[in-house]
Amino acid sequence: MSGTYLGMPSFPEAAGKAVRDETLRGNLRHATHTIRDKRAKAVSELVDWPGLREAGKQIKDRTLRHLDDYLVQLEKSVTAAGGTVHWAADADEANRIVAELVKATGEREVVKVKSMATQEIGLNEALEAEGITAYETDLAELIVQLGEDRPSHILVPAIHRNRGEIREIFARTMSEWGRPAPEGLTDAPAELAEAARLHLREKFLRAKVGISGANFMVAETGTLVVVESEGNGRMCLTLPETLISVVGIEKTVPTWQDLEVFLQTLPRSSTAERMNPYTSTWTGTTEADGPKNFHLVLLDNGRTATLADEVGRQALRCIRCSACLNVCPVYERAGGHAYGSVYPGPIGAILSPQLRGMESEIDASLPYASSLCGACYDVCPVAIDIPEVLVHLRERAAGRGGRGHRLEKAAMKAAGWVLNHPAVLAAGEKVASKTRGLHPKRLPGASAWTDSRDLPELPPEPFRDWWKKNRT
Amino acid sequence: MSSRDLILARVRAAVADAPEAAEVSRDYLTSHTADDPAAVLDLLHENLADYRALVHRTRPAGLPALIARLLAQRGATQVLAPMGLPAPWLARAAATRIDDRETSTAQELDAVDSVVTGCAVAIAETGTIVLDGGADQGRRRITLVPDHHICVVRAPDQVVASVPQALPRLDPARPLTWISGPSATSDIELDRVEGVHGPRTLEVVLLEG
Ligand code: SF4
Repeated sequence: MSGTYLGMPSFPEAAGKAVRDETLRGNLRHATHTIRDKRAKAVSELVDWPGLREAGKQIKDRTLRHLDDYLVQLEKSVTAAGGTVHWAADADEANRIVAELVKATGEREVVKVKSMATQEIGLNEALEAEGITAYETDLAELIVQLGEDRPSHILVPAIHRNRGEIREIFARTMSEWGRPAPEGLTDAPAELAEAARLHLREKFLRAKVGISGANFMVAETGTLVVVESEGNGRMCLTLPETLISVVGIEKTVPTWQDLEVFLQTLPRSSTAERMNPYTSTWTGTTEADGPKNFHLVLLDNGRTATLADEVGRQALRCIRCSACLNVCPVYERAGGHAYGSVYPGPIGAILSPQLRGMESEIDASLPYASSLCGACYDVCPVAIDIPEVLVHLRERAAGRGGRGHRLEKAAMKAAGWVLNHPAVLAAGEKVASKTRGLHPKRLPGASAWTDSRDLPELPPEPFRDWWKKNRT
Repeated sequence: MSSRDLILARVRAAVADAPEAAEVSRDYLTSHTADDPAAVLDLLHENLADYRALVHRTRPAGLPALIARLLAQRGATQVLAPMGLPAPWLARAAATRIDDRETSTAQELDAVDSVVTGCAVAIAETGTIVLDGGADQGRRRITLVPDHHICVVRAPDQVVASVPQALPRLDPARPLTWISGPSATSDIELDRVEGVHGPRTLEVVLLEG
């Protein structure tokens, strides 16, 4: 896939730098701990959480097993509702389709809803090369775009920035992109948000083309769903004349009813809210309400290759809630940039190498960017066994010529903690190998990995309890 | 081969040897709340307020005066209204009524102070109101661009306990907007700030009886 971070150092190198950055670590720690504690509370309100989690997993597995049928059904429903469906085998094709669609409108500017798929394919850069300016309108994405930075978290892409840094970015750069920041802007979050509101509103009101992703696409009805908080999504989805949505094929769900599962699990897992402030659904175009033209670009870009891997395909269940990032001890220290991909954290460590292939140093190192503690699996609302996939991908990386062991040691060392806390590592491995027990044929891989060092005594208590008490 | 055929062929090859997927077991609750309309309404009230919507309760006779007061408190001189908004709702309002028209521009909507709508469904467990573009709700943008939204929920008819109870009552062919509290962001150090792009203030009127 393109849109990768060219020249990016591998995880060990990037993480090594990140753990020495005190501001970054402080920003990350505050953020991940805040969300993770709130999330636990939001989830505990639903006594049927395990049932919802299992249903979410099953719906996604079923979709993936018959993805060909559901995609054809989706295409039919969207077309019947007045939309146009395009198919893009890779990033270049998707970018080309979108650029052509924008050019056909005669416009040179587009407003964008936060979307990981368009980041994945490097759409903004591709449009720029065609003389089209793409404005990010999510507050965090705006901070990232103005700061010429990269997102570091799925949900809160500017999580690595504190208010002082954001004030500085706004004051310095807003005038280059449109309405300047107000005089005397302070670092109060309300003032910063107000500056963004004023800056973006003039763009929303004149925009003729909007670009979005989608959280879900319902095959049965042709409905697309976008979940958000700020209302920038609603602006982009309803004010322009033309709407172009670029969506990974794995975002399909079979039925309208299936949304009852994900609209309960996604908000609670991601922002720890009972429901996010805004959810928009649309089915093709609607007479006299919203865009007159709707284009859906269905994106493969490595997804079918991922689907072909019997262990790895479960990564395609991901609904991008980001809960796994917030509980990951390695993410907390290394930060999102270290993963060298738009998908950071535990899900990034398994998704990016599968979407992109494992030829590059960064992709080969990603499956080692983990302690295998299992916390990511525990919180995942679609029960992706991330440790299982990590171990599986390590086997694949190691199969490429024995550099796995070196990468693993480097990743652990760079994350700056595990080797000093052998009990953590051992307990993490214990959890991981327990998971392995369910998949006996995977055991040799896991034990080859654990055999590579002397294991200290295992603590008598479960890892999660130990971690709660001892996390630094 | 077209990309469509290529992708479909890749999918088929990828899952050719995969085991058949299990039937989905919908082994979860359709509601987390006792089946008692009064309790469900109280829960809606509580959860709306928890997400910083301003909640009011009234009976039909009190509605025109309440809406008039809310608009006056806001200093609204113009109020946007969908074509099918019941006339009595704005009967006492001092603000000038502006109709939701397809031809009005986004800039014109931006100049309006407040908007008053009904809703399609309200969900108690999540503190959510859902608009479906019905005659008393109007186009999606009218509840987005103005800074102040007053939404009237008819209880108990329009109130359900849970998300699974809401979906069957909604028509996916219509564009839907689910609203839970005012526009908000937590992008700056996770401090919640209201009113980034959508309305800064959401007032929900629970209309009983
Ligand atoms: S892997 Fe699971 S926990 Fe992580 S972002 Fe995806 S759905 Fe959420």
